[in-house]
Amino acid sequence: MSNKQEWLKSSYQDAKERPIRFSTVSDMEIDPLYTPQDVSGSYDEKLGNPGEYPYTRGPYGSMYRGRLWTMRQFAGFGLAEDTNQRFHFLLKQGQDGLSTAFDMPTLMGYDADHERAQGEVGREGVAVSTIDDMMTLFKGIPLDKVTTSMTVNCSASVLLAMYLVMAERTGVPWERIGGTIQNDMLKEFIAQKEWISPPAPSLRVVTDMIEFCAKKVPRWHAVSISGYHIRECGSTAVQELAFTLADGVCYVEDAMKRGLNVDEFGPRLSFFWNIHNDFLEEVAKLRAARRIWAKLMKERWGAKSERAMTLRCHAQTAGASLTAQQPINNVVRVAIQALAGVMGGVQSLHTNSMDETLALPTENAVMVALRTQQIIAEETGITNTIDPLGGSFAIEALTDKMEAEAMEYIRKIDEMGGMLKAIDTGYPQREIAEAAFAYQRQLEKNEKVVVGVNKYSIPEEIPIATLKIDRDLEERQIHRVRKNKRERNSTSVKDALKRVAEACRSGENLMPPICDAVRVGGSVGEISDIYRTEFGVYTDPGWI
Amino acid sequence: MADKRLRIIVAKPGLDGHDRGAKIIARALRDAGFEVIYTGLHQTPEMIAEATVQEDADAVGLSVLSGAHMTLFPEVLRLLKEKGADDVAIFGGGIIPEEDATKLKQMGVREIFTPGASTEDIVKWVHANVHPRE
Repeated sequence: MSNKQEWLKSSYQDAKERPIRFSTVSDMEIDPLYTPQDVSGSYDEKLGNPGEYPYTRGPYGSMYRGRLWTMRQFAGFGLAEDTNQRFHFLLKQGQDGLSTAFDMPTLMGYDADHERAQGEVGREGVAVSTIDDMMTLFKGIPLDKVTTSMTVNCSASVLLAMYLVMAERTGVPWERIGGTIQNDMLKEFIAQKEWISPPAPSLRVVTDMIEFCAKKVPRWHAVSISGYHIRECGSTAVQELAFTLADGVCYVEDAMKRGLNVDEFGPRLSFFWNIHNDFLEEVAKLRAARRIWAKLMKERWGAKSERAMTLRCHAQTAGASLTAQQPINNVVRVAIQALAGVMGGVQSLHTNSMDETLALPTENAVMVALRTQQIIAEETGITNTIDPLGGSFAIEALTDKMEAEAMEYIRKIDEMGGMLKAIDTGYPQREIAEAAFAYQRQLEKNEKVVVGVNKYSIPEEIPIATLKIDRDLEERQIHRVRKNKRERNSTSVKDALKRVAEACRSGENLMPPICDAVRVGGSVGEISDIYRTEFGVYTDPGWI
Repeated sequence: MADKRLRIIVAKPGLDGHDRGAKIIARALRDAGFEVIYTGLHQTPEMIAEATVQEDADAVGLSVLSGAHMTLFPEVLRLLKEKGADDVAIFGGGIIPEEDATKLKQMGVREIFTPGASTEDIVKWVHANVHPRE
């Protein structure tokens, strides 16, 4: 029997289904069986070999046989020296790239000594207010050998400038430093909600950085277009895919409007995905993302560069999928999510630690998370062949479905006039909030199961050790920042900040004057204050 | 008096942008029939205390996932007391370790909900523990 409909009527109908809805964690309905009837198009058109258009099977020809993905654990807490120690620990454990988590004041553009920083210094990441903090953070790290990712957005221009000035001071030319700065402001308004100024000037700063890096820091990724936070905020997998790529459309078109060549800056765009629990959906999402981006590059923007057409990505397992209940179970969730990431062909991966719903991770928990990746890489055999799930009827059908549904969202956003307009009307924000609420309802009605939470729960939790952040460190950091400000040449800082303000007004690229300001000791908060004055302050519309 | 609709402020103090939980709670409380005012993100304790008095709220739900709860919660309590509104029921949620939750309750926070709490639990708690202010 080769006809699916006939099979459904004859053989399947008599079989007894369990009384549940067969759908993904994103509530996408899944067929009992996928057959050749569910896939269309030719191999060359839909898949292509790895490293060949449309890159569905992978951005590189040899994938993990050539080089394993970069194991990059996101780390940051306390003062710069605390995180520096964690960095050295991770590199010693076999990690090959760094990823920096900054604290909330740094992320929001406040120095530790600002009143809004109260209670937040060093708690959710590492406190960096000045170039001196940055130098301490990366002490002993060879900047020409280790690539660094910095997760920071509205104050990203300042942190990048600090990294560049640090490279200068340690004698490493800008051409030799490599890394990524997240710098994806659009998804901040949509999901993560770290901002200083409104969307339009925020986009201008991002584009300044894309332009500057393309010319001066050729190995740097000036933006990591991120779905991670969109998903964590409660979106479905399709929404994550669609809104992220729509953000990408906005960045590319803004850079092109400025006269930049897509073949020149395109190769330096990178992406950042969330890897959630639903295995097949996640693998399909990563494959669909590569195909959509390649087509957009080629057909919409006329890119010629192969590298501009390939979507390369970092991924992180889903923080929101972890449970505070029976936290050791999180090790299993993370392993399965990481496996989906690898099956989906990611270039870089962070695996969450089991204790991250409770606190920042302990060294032991981080080691288990890193070992999880190493076990997948070295023991499972998954890396022997490229895109091992390619050609599965289910995977190909889901890849097609997610591509079609994401393209429908992208078309809608185009019709609204693009992502900046869509954000102004709250469209993606509301879509995500709806999905988050719907999922919560499903959990509470037991239509979706979270093991240890709404099923298989136990009355007495077994506690695990968590990391404690010393409450005195805030005082120490405030003291350090104030001392730094007293000891620098305040006239040069004032002059340099004035030049940043002038660049805000004149439209010239902001990075050179920001680098100058950092060189003479201008801080994260001071430069962010220039944005506040020149571009205005964005406040949360507070939609529910 | 008994049929007065309770007014509840759902607030996000501090710099933390994790608003998924706060929005879900705000919506669930609204669906349960309460009058809900959501402050939006990045509120200072002063802004929250001010809104509580202005809006004549009966309860304030604070959501913090950044670890700054031991600074921000007590500050809201202090300011409400200063404004003579310390009978407003303060409850909260977020990534809050048990030992901190115990301390916060000793300081006057009525209840702390942690990851995995259902909206139904929270609605039930409000029904049982929040009463219209005189």
